Amino acid sequence: MSEREVLELLRENARYSTADIARMTDLEESEVEAVIGELESAGVVRGYKAVVDWDKLEDETVRAEVELNVELDRETGYGDIAERLARFPQVKALRLVSGDYDFDMEVEGDSIREVSMFVSEKVAPVPEITQTVTHYVMTSYKEQGIELGDGDEDDRLSFSP
Amino acid sequence: MTFELADRVQTVPPSGIRRFFEIAEERDEVISLGVGEPDFSTPWAARDAAIASLEQGKTSYTANRGMRELRDAIADYVADRFDLGYDPDEEIIVTAGASEAVDLAFRAFVDPGDTVAIAQPSYISYEPGVIFAGGEPLSVPTREEDEFRLTVDALETAGAADAEMLVLCYPNNPTGAIMREEHLEPIAEFAREHDLIVLADEIYAELTYEGEHTSIATLPGMRERTIVFNGFSKAHAMTGLRLGYALGPADAIGAMNKIHQYTMLSAPTTAQYAALEALDSCDDEVREMIDQYDRRRRFVLSRFREIGMDVFEARGAFYCFPEVPEGFTAEEFAEDVLREQGVAVVPGTVFGAGGDGHLRVSYATGLPELREAMTRIEAFVEEHA
Repeated sequence: MSEREVLELLRENARYSTADIARMTDLEESEVEAVIGELESAGVVRGYKAVVDWDKLEDETVRAEVELNVELDRETGYGDIAERLARFPQVKALRLVSGDYDFDMEVEGDSIREVSMFVSEKVAPVPEITQTVTHYVMTSYKEQGIELGDGDEDDRLSFSP
Repeated sequence: MTFELADRVQTVPPSGIRRFFEIAEERDEVISLGVGEPDFSTPWAARDAAIASLEQGKTSYTANRGMRELRDAIADYVADRFDLGYDPDEEIIVTAGASEAVDLAFRAFVDPGDTVAIAQPSYISYEPGVIFAGGEPLSVPTREEDEFRLTVDALETAGAADAEMLVLCYPNNPTGAIMREEHLEPIAEFAREHDLIVLADEIYAELTYEGEHTSIATLPGMRERTIVFNGFSKAHAMTGLRLGYALGPADAIGAMNKIHQYTMLSAPTTAQYAALEALDSCDDEVREMIDQYDRRRRFVLSRFREIGMDVFEARGAFYCFPEVPEGFTAEEFAEDVLREQGVAVVPGTVFGAGGDGHLRVSYATGLPELREAMTRIEAFVEEHA
């Protein structure tokens, strides 16, 4: 089960050093390297990215959640549409979901104008897409399990029995 | 006028931690590994339930023994987790922290002059509790060679055969030691043979790594002579809510309740609502916290070994108990590493017999802080070795 344990630690903090992961799992460093190598080459781990609180930066990135409705035909399935949309670098996440609409798409750009143009010029014209609803992200409170507030101070006494 | 203190209060020395507290106050950027409580906040669902109970105006006393629903939930929980069968009507009492329950037991069962054997090193409240109840504490030191488990040898050497009561705390604060069933069996036999009441403080039971906790009360003939203490402070990260409980035979719990109803009336109502929710819906959060402690435990043990300090494989609570390097007493090491490197640890001597030459290191602190603290300890050891 060392694979699962290493994966859990990477999901917690992808910047843990191999040495620290080894200490926390009682594995050898070389074993940790091997496990990570396997996870990567098997395509389980697809990448490592920072979780950013954009509100803390001046050059703001605009993000939007876009709901997409599609109409399938005999030749075109969800996968075909997804493949076409996912290739755009502006699309950061794309998921087929249950409920009132079909796809849930995350888009990133430098300005509202840029994101709007992208949706109206690149996404909406796709023949199978019947409707788009764009929600601009105003404030983010939690990203990938990390709360973006100021956090709780450790107010414990420095010594307690 | 001056207040003349009662003898039993005067005999109890002030806590050995006090002095370190003052040094820590003077210094900036102290990383504390001296803390005996979780760094996690109470799971949100439990806090939310407490808030909701306040909004609904649920601020009156509860039944002396605690809310019926909570006692039912506790009975189910201890049955499920630790194979302990107790009747919520008569064999469970909810208290203001496990500490209150331990105090109730001393006052309910200790007569003046009675001897109470205490396996040490141990949590610092047992000795004073015995003295406040008029009893006489008897230290039973445990040893690193035995991974700080209590042995019959230690009991016999200390003269515990003549005691009326035995107190044990496993998983142990401060050593992190645990006792498996095979280690508890001879202790149970000793207790039966010498007719001892056993107080089993199992507040850290959930924090058992590599295997499951065994309660001494589950061993043959032990239920009738054992009071088990547990609570929500550690595994459910609820220290400040002050909620614990005791499990025992009906007449024993009845006696403890007699004192409780005249002194505490009932445990804090808001905390009882939080606890009920904690048992009801917070298993995943508890599991996650335990997993985190376990990783930190392995991290800290590995680092001490890399630094070259001897440390036994602690498998419980959130403490490890390394030996100080040659040339230091525990007190000296703790004081100097705090002054020079700003790392707070507690000298083992604070916890009674058998604790000298060791440090209690708590890993109830986030990994980034632990990593930095261990780097500082390493620098300290390299400089002075």
